[in-house]
Amino acid sequence: MGNPNKPKAQRGVMRWVDERFPATQLWQDHLSRYYAPRNFNFWYFFGSLALLMLVNQILTGIWLTMSFTPTAEGAFDSVEYIMRDVEWGWLIRYLHTTGASAFFVVIYLHMFRGLLYGSYKAPRELVWVFGMAIYLALMAEAFMGYLLPWGQMSYWGAQVITSLFSAIPAIGPGLAEWIRGDYLVTGITLNRFFALHVVALPIVILALVVLHIVALHEVGSNNPDGIEIKDKTDSNGKPLDGIPFHPYYTVKDLVGVAVFLFVFCVVVFYFPEGGGYFIEKPNFEPADPLQTPDHIAPVWYFTPFYAILRGVTFSVFGLEAKFLGVVCMGLAIGLLFVLPWLDRSPVRSMRYKGWISRVMLGLFVICFSVLGVLGVLPSTETRTTIAQLCTLGYFAYFLLMPFYTRLEKTRPVPERVTD
Amino acid sequence: MRKSLLVLCIVLLPVTGLAASGGDAHLRDMTPDLHDKASLQNGMKLFVNYCMGCHSLKHQRFSRAAEDLEMPRELVEDNLIFADAHAFNDQMSNALETAQGEAWFGAAPPDLTLTTRLHGVDWVYSYLLGFYRDPERPTGVNNTVFPLVAMPNVLEPLQGVQRQVCGDAEHEGDGSDCHLELVHEGSMSPDEFERAMFDLTNFLAYASEPSKLKAQALAPKVLIFLFVFAVVAYLLKREYWRDVH
Amino acid sequence: MADDGVNKGRRRFLVAATTVIGAVGAVGVAVPFLSSWQPSARARAAGAPVKADISKLEPGQRMVVEWRGRPVWILDRSAEMIQRTEGLGSDRLADPDSREPQQPGYAQGPLRSIRPEIGVFIGICTHLGCSPLFKPEPNAEGVGVDDWPGGFFCPCHGSRFDLAGRVFRNVPAPLNLEVPPYYFESDAVIVVGVGEDEEAA
Repeated sequence: MGNPNKPKAQRGVMRWVDERFPATQLWQDHLSRYYAPRNFNFWYFFGSLALLMLVNQILTGIWLTMSFTPTAEGAFDSVEYIMRDVEWGWLIRYLHTTGASAFFVVIYLHMFRGLLYGSYKAPRELVWVFGMAIYLALMAEAFMGYLLPWGQMSYWGAQVITSLFSAIPAIGPGLAEWIRGDYLVTGITLNRFFALHVVALPIVILALVVLHIVALHEVGSNNPDGIEIKDKTDSNGKPLDGIPFHPYYTVKDLVGVAVFLFVFCVVVFYFPEGGGYFIEKPNFEPADPLQTPDHIAPVWYFTPFYAILRGVTFSVFGLEAKFLGVVCMGLAIGLLFVLPWLDRSPVRSMRYKGWISRVMLGLFVICFSVLGVLGVLPSTETRTTIAQLCTLGYFAYFLLMPFYTRLEKTRPVPERVTD
Repeated sequence: MRKSLLVLCIVLLPVTGLAASGGDAHLRDMTPDLHDKASLQNGMKLFVNYCMGCHSLKHQRFSRAAEDLEMPRELVEDNLIFADAHAFNDQMSNALETAQGEAWFGAAPPDLTLTTRLHGVDWVYSYLLGFYRDPERPTGVNNTVFPLVAMPNVLEPLQGVQRQVCGDAEHEGDGSDCHLELVHEGSMSPDEFERAMFDLTNFLAYASEPSKLKAQALAPKVLIFLFVFAVVAYLLKREYWRDVH
Repeated sequence: MADDGVNKGRRRFLVAATTVIGAVGAVGVAVPFLSSWQPSARARAAGAPVKADISKLEPGQRMVVEWRGRPVWILDRSAEMIQRTEGLGSDRLADPDSREPQQPGYAQGPLRSIRPEIGVFIGICTHLGCSPLFKPEPNAEGVGVDDWPGGFFCPCHGSRFDLAGRVFRNVPAPLNLEVPPYYFESDAVIVVGVGEDEEAA
């Protein structure tokens, strides 16, 4: 039995529906009576934009599968078939390739917002953890999708990443073969990656997005001041600093969507290769298992972690460098999951944290960006040293957090949100 | 809001700057002009006459080229389709088998559909202009951007013969202080030949991404639409947010 | 947060304007997705008009060419076959004057062809899509009727057509055989799939 007091439409079709399905209740809980803080700024556009990109990827992805051939012999040619012979195929494919990069752009900005305003702190730990799970699933999704065009970069990228698993002691070599289904990346790998990319992972990501939003709407949105708006309510129990998500944030996000789509379409129509970063040049040559391209680099959104992996060139405690690199890379992603328990600051937002936190966040952003740039470039001795320093900076941000967030002096947090 | 945008710009600028840099100083600049139909048509003519004996454009259909390059069907069928194996709607494949190509040249002539996207137009343009005499090579020629190239200079009747002159002594150094000199003239003057190679590269640039013409035609409409939508959405947002402020 | 001072007219107008522009945008997005289900250039190339050399076709013979994956019969009818075919009327045929739109305008009439001797038909029974057998000789065996004037017999459900592809009465097939668009490029070459001075579909 449902809640007897649940909101229902008074008459008509909606009344009929509401007696059988909580349509009005869902609408109110998540939109028209979901109270969001009124002081959202620029950084709060990226959540809805991530959702937009998810829809874009799913829609264009479904259409691409209609003409794609997931075999080693047919994949590369079928991509060109889509680009030329299929009506509008070029647009659908470019929406998908550009969409992949744009998705990561908005996701990274969305995550940075979380770091900036402490959106991961209690009671929003699960919102953050689900979000990180989405990020992890997206990385797997993007990695597997990147193999599908079966170009040189696709092939050797997959070859290198699947080889990472062989670094794990004892089970490693067998594990890499198990993932590929062959002794090296072949059509068998392509076929299973295709299945995972178009069926399995999209389902996982969609489910995680639902969990992310349900968890968020349970605890309510954070805001740039990091204040709990539910603490100050009017006589009806509505937060004084809250406004209904619909219509206020739906119309605001609509502006964000329009501006974002403008920039997005400029790239799709005029620079679909993204300067060689969204579609890499070696990928215009079919995969050749006998010849590695001169310089292989992962797609830009993986490069920070790739640079960490490559930066570990020394062995410690008898563990070889290759394995340590994989461990560091795994740790770099893993630490993001436990972030809510590392931050011991009494305040959420960077606005009221002390200067150490600000410096450390700045350091983190710089290290992450520099690692990203280094991951694209061929490695030299100097670059490896810089990568090692940046890796140190990256880990310092997380591992020292329990100390500097407790030590530093915070500023007083206002009672109500500021404009 | 403004401060955040500024921060974003400062973070992104070095990244985009880095992305824009790079590129090889040895290469000649070439900017394709997909609206110069005469150039594209001439490029296609050069391709089918000089390249297609060995190289294919296996994703490019004659019919699509006819449409995009504004050539009537009869013209294409009479002047550009030689082999009986090809029909108007067919792709510009060729009959040379991979094994045959490997036997003749040591390496199978690659399909050229995506060559300008793989190497860049500057590279292809410089390559076409970069053949020079080298008696040590089995084909008698070498190339400035593709050393030890397996392909003979099939354009020699047009271009003539070039030799490489490096600093003081010939054939020395790393090639950075070298330039090419014409020894025997071909049927074209150097200017005419460069123009012809521009046309050929231009055609290959077209063939690598025929959808570019469509994208460029559609883009302004989409962007104007999105601009109007953004303005109206902004006015709507401002109207509702009067309640809040 | 109060409702006072709200310009309701302006608000309603802007909501309507955004909705209309948004709907236009949604239609604009739908167009590429829906049009991409059209036959692709590959499918169209495979379905392009085909040429057939009929110089070696003797009177009374039939040749089969493939167009869009279906058999197209090109039949050279002898004078005697034409006579037999023209002798049939509405007593035996369902649509003797080819009134049903099963042929281009230039192939109407009893012989359903441009040249009287050359008949061009899509060799697919109009009943359920089998390909009928060629039984040109009079009173052929196994066509299920006596007094057979020569024609085509469908082995699946016994439909019968004459040498102009016209369907007989009292058979399951409802319509005459389809005549594809075609024209004579020269005396010896016939182009199937497009009529003269037409754009190929």
